[in-house]
Amino acid sequence: MATATEQWVLVEMVQALYEAPAYHLILEGILILWIIRLLFSKTYKLQERSDLTVKEKEELIEEWQPEPLVPPVPKDHPALNYNIVSGPPSHKIVVNGKECINFASFNFLGLLDNPRVKAAALASLKKYGVGTCGPRGFYGTFDVHLDLEDRLAKFMKTEEAIIYSYGFATIASAIPAYSKRGDIVFVDRAACFAIQKGLQASRSDIKLFKHNDMADLERLLKEQEIEDQKNPRKARVTRRFIVVEGLYMNTGTICPLPELVKLKYKYKARIFLEESLSFGVLGEHGRGVTEHYGINIDDIDLISANMENALASIGGFCCGRSFVIDHQRLSGQGYCFSASLPPLLAAAAIEALNIMEENPGIFAVLKEKCRQIHKALQGISGLKVVGESLSPAFHLQLEESTGSREQDVRLLQEIVDQCMNRSIALTQARYLEKEEKCLPPPRVVSGLETSRFIWECRLEAAEELEKRVLRPGAKSGRLQESPPGSLNALLAWSAR
Amino acid sequence: MRPGPGGCCCRRTVRANGCVANGEVRNGYVRTSAAAAAAASQIHHVTQNGGLYKRPFNEAFEETPMLVAVLTYVGYGVLTLFGYLRDFLRHWRIEKCHHATEREEQKKKKKKKKKKETKKKKKKKREMDFVSLYQDFENFYTRNLYMRIRDNWNRPICSVPGARVDIMERQSYDYNWSFKYTGNIIKGVINMGSYNYLGFARNTGSCQEAAAKILEEYGVGVCSTRQEIGNLDKHEELEELVARFLGVEAAMAYGMGFATNSMNIPALVGKGCLILSDELNHASLVLGARLSGATIRIFKHNNMQSLEKLLKDAIVYGQPRTRRPWKKILILVEGIYSMEGSIVRLPEVIALKKKYKAYLYLDEAHSIGALGPTGRGVVDYFGLDPEDVDVMMGTFTKSFGASGGYIGGKKELIDYLRTHSHSAVYATSLSPPVVEQIITSMKCIMGQDGTSLGKECVQQLAENTRYFRRRLKEMGFIIYGNEDSPVVPLMLYMPAKIGAFGREMLKRNIGVVVVGFPATPIIESRARFCLSAAHTKEILDTALKEIDEVGDLLQLKYSRHRLVPLLDRPFDETTYEETED
Repeated sequence: MATATEQWVLVEMVQALYEAPAYHLILEGILILWIIRLLFSKTYKLQERSDLTVKEKEELIEEWQPEPLVPPVPKDHPALNYNIVSGPPSHKIVVNGKECINFASFNFLGLLDNPRVKAAALASLKKYGVGTCGPRGFYGTFDVHLDLEDRLAKFMKTEEAIIYSYGFATIASAIPAYSKRGDIVFVDRAACFAIQKGLQASRSDIKLFKHNDMADLERLLKEQEIEDQKNPRKARVTRRFIVVEGLYMNTGTICPLPELVKLKYKYKARIFLEESLSFGVLGEHGRGVTEHYGINIDDIDLISANMENALASIGGFCCGRSFVIDHQRLSGQGYCFSASLPPLLAAAAIEALNIMEENPGIFAVLKEKCRQIHKALQGISGLKVVGESLSPAFHLQLEESTGSREQDVRLLQEIVDQCMNRSIALTQARYLEKEEKCLPPPRVVSGLETSRFIWECRLEAAEELEKRVLRPGAKSGRLQESPPGSLNALLAWSAR
Repeated sequence: MRPGPGGCCCRRTVRANGCVANGEVRNGYVRTSAAAAAAASQIHHVTQNGGLYKRPFNEAFEETPMLVAVLTYVGYGVLTLFGYLRDFLRHWRIEKCHHATEREEQKKKKKKKKKKETKKKKKKKREMDFVSLYQDFENFYTRNLYMRIRDNWNRPICSVPGARVDIMERQSYDYNWSFKYTGNIIKGVINMGSYNYLGFARNTGSCQEAAAKILEEYGVGVCSTRQEIGNLDKHEELEELVARFLGVEAAMAYGMGFATNSMNIPALVGKGCLILSDELNHASLVLGARLSGATIRIFKHNNMQSLEKLLKDAIVYGQPRTRRPWKKILILVEGIYSMEGSIVRLPEVIALKKKYKAYLYLDEAHSIGALGPTGRGVVDYFGLDPEDVDVMMGTFTKSFGASGGYIGGKKELIDYLRTHSHSAVYATSLSPPVVEQIITSMKCIMGQDGTSLGKECVQQLAENTRYFRRRLKEMGFIIYGNEDSPVVPLMLYMPAKIGAFGREMLKRNIGVVVVGFPATPIIESRARFCLSAAHTKEILDTALKEIDEVGDLLQLKYSRHRLVPLLDRPFDETTYEETED
């Protein structure tokens, strides 16, 4: 029935088509075409083509004025004029023509002017010359390098060590060798600049935790764990690292390694430990923070340190298990693409290691001295010592900030200058203020050395420093009335 | 094809027809006569700026013969297949695993291993394990390809890296996974690998004496940074000298060449700035550019059209998305490219930089000392004004036989770097004896030591370069780069030949550097010779004779246009081969 009706309609339509007058059909045809055109054409006009003409381009090029390559540096920039040290930077140092007692270098073990170290370096110089003229891969590997790596690995009781020709480049190359884009790095807020640069080069996700705050770290790790459970497939390929310093360059505090190791196994994150300040300082044999806490060194995935502080040479090294360290021989940029360490510097480092191994007593001496000085520096009006008592780098910081960093820096600089006048060389810790992730407050850093010969004079100097400089009130009597931390008093004093 | 007077040419000859069998030239190739080559050559970026050059600029990158390219790919294919096969065998413990393994406690646990279940029992829930430190494919290449020929790298030496060097013999009993030192020393190996361009790597002579004196006086370390208390009078002396050497207002020295780039570029440019970088720039420049946070665009190697297009587009279109104009544009180039042996087209770069108001950062790591009539680098080579280069960077590792790097330029630039360079604030300064080595060697090059030794070294190097390159080309090797560049890459192409060449040369008492992927494009594996002023004619001739022999043995003479030996040399049948038109 239905089909019959449909057929009928169809027939009707065809008939109507035949019967319709021509003008009607033409009109409808035009209408249909019109609709099609409307459907397919855009109702608005595209913007006029915006291609620039050659002339316009030339005008633009003519017009463009770049910023100067570098902004002008004000003549009174605190960092523009360096102190000039004439002669060796050993315990007596001539700064800007004035002889001072050196409290500013990180020559903790007094190895810088050790005759044995010098003799070893000299022998190497006579055998190999100065430079290596090539990266490690291309005839830049000397037998001394292999020896040094071997010795460092043995000293640290790890499987393997790898040396870099520059301290800064060590951790900055090691981090990006492992941590890639998409990996997660948990890092202490106070981490030093080299770590920051390494992290930046790795392009990983960076999670900062509060300085030495394990609860905060655990919170972040937990957050990450929850995140991981949402996307387990991604979590299976996302490496997690915790990057910490043994003894913080910026604060002088020690990292709570035992807790970190616990967190490592709980949350399966690998630990990279930067030990530039703690290597050759902490622990019974100077093996650093792992020895200090008595932690199995294999629990730390990678330890990096430079040889520029306690070892008083140049360069840096990483040590750990071969499984981890060997990877850097092809992936550590600062290792592969840079000329190797001059052999004389490697020889000096070997000799310095010998001395450290032969006299394990020096570490106890250093610690004792640190403790004494730390105590002696307590309670200075206006200044406070931050950091651990066994850190050989002392950080003196204003008790109360004047409110502006610039003012603080100036004030501290005046203190440093005054000390210099009294033959005590100190230095302000320098930072690139705009570049630092979490800028530490301005402070004076002082390195301590343990050489036996000069210890007496050193302690004297420290007392001197304490008496004459940092506690001016004790002598003048004028400042005693003023409350501790009175900046005006300090200012008044330092202006004298 | 003869470059016009003062003009330059750079060409890649294309194949007309015919084939190459095992690197030997058969008939059917275009001979490099002037007319034929001009007709059949694909002229690559011949510049219109011939007038800018004061000397002919001959740089050649002969095209890879098709068959060689195919065979190379096949070679890598076979290696990869075998790699997978061996990985499979290792996985099932059929083949012994030699490589270091993850600590048991941190291993990704597999369900099959029963013994570890006990450890896991403590944790009821199946927890996440340590994510493996390396991705599998990341190490595939190292494990299966690099490991086969690992003995060609990191060869330990135990003498001065001079013209001849003593190499410690080592042997591997586990297919290069580990090396044992036999205790023997291979004495007097001709050193074609070290960057000892001017021959200052010496353990005798004035440089060594001066360095020894300073070493005894100062010790080796500094234990502080430049800005704190590590700025010695020696450093100031060095910087003053470097500035004079370069002919710039001021200079600053740093402890490591690599770090000079990677720590100073971020001080110069930042967000909103544009870096135009040559595609073959060194890793340190790439890292510095990345760390700076600026936008990076890459132009084709030494290709001025490509650079100009990028410059034009950058200024006309500004920053992407925001459409703000760029704050500044910095062009990063190297003087000599260490893998290609090419010299930067500096006159053109400077012309472009001036036209578009960009800044120029010139890395002279390999060219300082090694180029130019007075050894002042690529600026001297082209007879240009150092004022035109905004940032003159270089290293002391190579020509000066020391270590470290410098940056030279206007006073304002150096003042800024003194206050803002990452290196000055956070890194230990240069070791005093190293500084002294640089000072004495630089004075020697400048002729300030009262001898003409430095000048002779520079000339000797230039002569050695021309001679060595010409002879190799005559032998029929494909040699890349500029005819004046002391870095001489000889193309090997096939992966198996990388190892074979290195070993055969060492067997003949010559130490060479061989490089393959990833340092070069995958098919362009090469050997690299670095010439030195310390190489005598005899040493070079010995080396050439052996290279010729090994070249025949390994069939490395791929070149399809043969140079006719110059008439001033005795006719030598090994280097002369007539090719038919």
